[in-house]
Amino acid sequence: MSQKQEEENPAEETGEEKQEKEGILPERAEEAKLKAKYPSLGQKPGGSDFLMKRLQKGQKYFDSGDYNMAKAKMKNKQLPSAGPDKNLVTGDHIPTPQDLPQRKSSLVTSKLAGGQVE
Amino acid sequence: MAGAGGGNDIQWCFSQVKGAVDDDVAEADIISTVEFNHSGELLATGDKGGRVVIFQQEQENKIQSHSRGEYNVYSTFQSHEPEFDYLKSLEIEEKINKIRWLPQKNAAQFLLSTNDKTIKLWKISERDKRPEGYNLKEEDGRYRDPTTVTTLRVPVCRPMDLMVEASPRRIFANAHTYHINSISINSDYETYLSADDLRINLWHLEITDRSFNIVDIKPANMEELTEVITAAEFHPNSCNTFVYSSSKGTIRLCDMRASALCDRHSKLFEEPEDPSNRSFFSEIISSISDVKFSHSGRYMMTRDYLSVKIWDLNMENRPVETYQVHEYLRSKLCSLYENDCIFDKFECCWNGSDSVVMTGSYNNFFRMFDRNTKRDITLEASRENNKPRTVLKPRKVCASGKRKKDEISVDSLDFNKKILHTAWHPKENIIAVATTNNLYIFQDKVN
Repeated sequence: MSQKQEEENPAEETGEEKQEKEGILPERAEEAKLKAKYPSLGQKPGGSDFLMKRLQKGQKYFDSGDYNMAKAKMKNKQLPSAGPDKNLVTGDHIPTPQDLPQRKSSLVTSKLAGGQVE
Repeated sequence: MAGAGGGNDIQWCFSQVKGAVDDDVAEADIISTVEFNHSGELLATGDKGGRVVIFQQEQENKIQSHSRGEYNVYSTFQSHEPEFDYLKSLEIEEKINKIRWLPQKNAAQFLLSTNDKTIKLWKISERDKRPEGYNLKEEDGRYRDPTTVTTLRVPVCRPMDLMVEASPRRIFANAHTYHINSISINSDYETYLSADDLRINLWHLEITDRSFNIVDIKPANMEELTEVITAAEFHPNSCNTFVYSSSKGTIRLCDMRASALCDRHSKLFEEPEDPSNRSFFSEIISSISDVKFSHSGRYMMTRDYLSVKIWDLNMENRPVETYQVHEYLRSKLCSLYENDCIFDKFECCWNGSDSVVMTGSYNNFFRMFDRNTKRDITLEASRENNKPRTVLKPRKVCASGKRKKDEISVDSLDFNKKILHTAWHPKENIIAVATTNNLYIFQDKVN
């Protein structure tokens, strides 16, 4: 194996011979491409930065209020808008349970189990 | 153990597909785990929305022996809900990372399901009888006025429509600082392990307020962090043995009899790398995304980005078999790094007799490798092959040069259509393949 290394090294050291590199190692050619696009890419790819990012996945929120607001926004987007007749109830008279629109269930059954498309 | 011979003597046919047809996939519907139970009668899926759907195989119709029973919905429930970690101001996803079935001990079925932080033991039980004829309650549940009761009767159990109920029996929480990637039930059927990026804990199924830490690779100084735990599994027969894989491509086998904290491995499995071949991508693509013991317990299989390796537990210095899943991607690593696909975590599985292994790829392709004949096959999970008992046509990717008819070129592959999760029935040639939001079931051709 060490013999092979000695033969290959001179070819690799000349950065010009990219064509040759591609023939030997497609991975190296890809690496060169990446370095060309992102010259500031760290020397040690498996290093701390990369792993740290992996350890802390998940969206960070400012605080729990921020989180709950974001959740509420998402839920509002999913709810279908109530029809115009239902809106008449607001402010017109004191609503009774029958007047209120039915509460949409917050849990939607999975489509794998034949759940409804929203 | 049944499970026919060569993977390529088998003709795989479409059987069923579950899930919505529309292309607009809601995030909650993304399937995140698939697992058969020990008998193969039940098939569970977990999704990003924290839901579990269990399918049950129909009892075989003795008259119609065209195919084995179909899988129909048996039970579905919300296993995990999104939570908020107040201390770190981070969202805890409800996505189900893994489901593992317990072997059946009584009429009920039990499974463990986990998200990033909490593991839950679910009991799934059937109810097909209910008591009727109460004295103090009407049939609809309203209470009777006791003064109107003039005679007494004994309530009797009457049959009712089958109802399948899922209830959480244990909740194992607050034991993981980092994200849980694996759970594995011990062959003693009393304990199980849960692994996150840096630690592995041992639990007793009955005890939720305590767990033992058995592996801790967190460095004193986080700046020195060089690798994380990517998967862990208990040996199928030896209750003292488990393995865990790392992001650097190594697998450590640990023996719990050696010490309470198994930081020192009993065996270290690592294939030596030719240093002249090293590139920026080497470590990333060597990261092991899945490790699975063979049913026999003699071998284990690991999946890294481009290959599947079979290791003999008696030989640590190199795998005994290596299968290339999609070697043509090696010349696309730059763009796969840019679109994050290089970090995709593919799983792998064994067939019941350990003679064939299967794993997923892109473009909704999945691959099978027959360990005996050394032949491999690429198949596609697509609605185009929808008719039951249609034999699937093998696929071929053209790496470079002239593309033959029916081949697909690397540049035409859809990298958004990834098959990360597959499962093989423990006894029969039935496989479950999950695309992004659909579950495909394929069977071998009968007759």
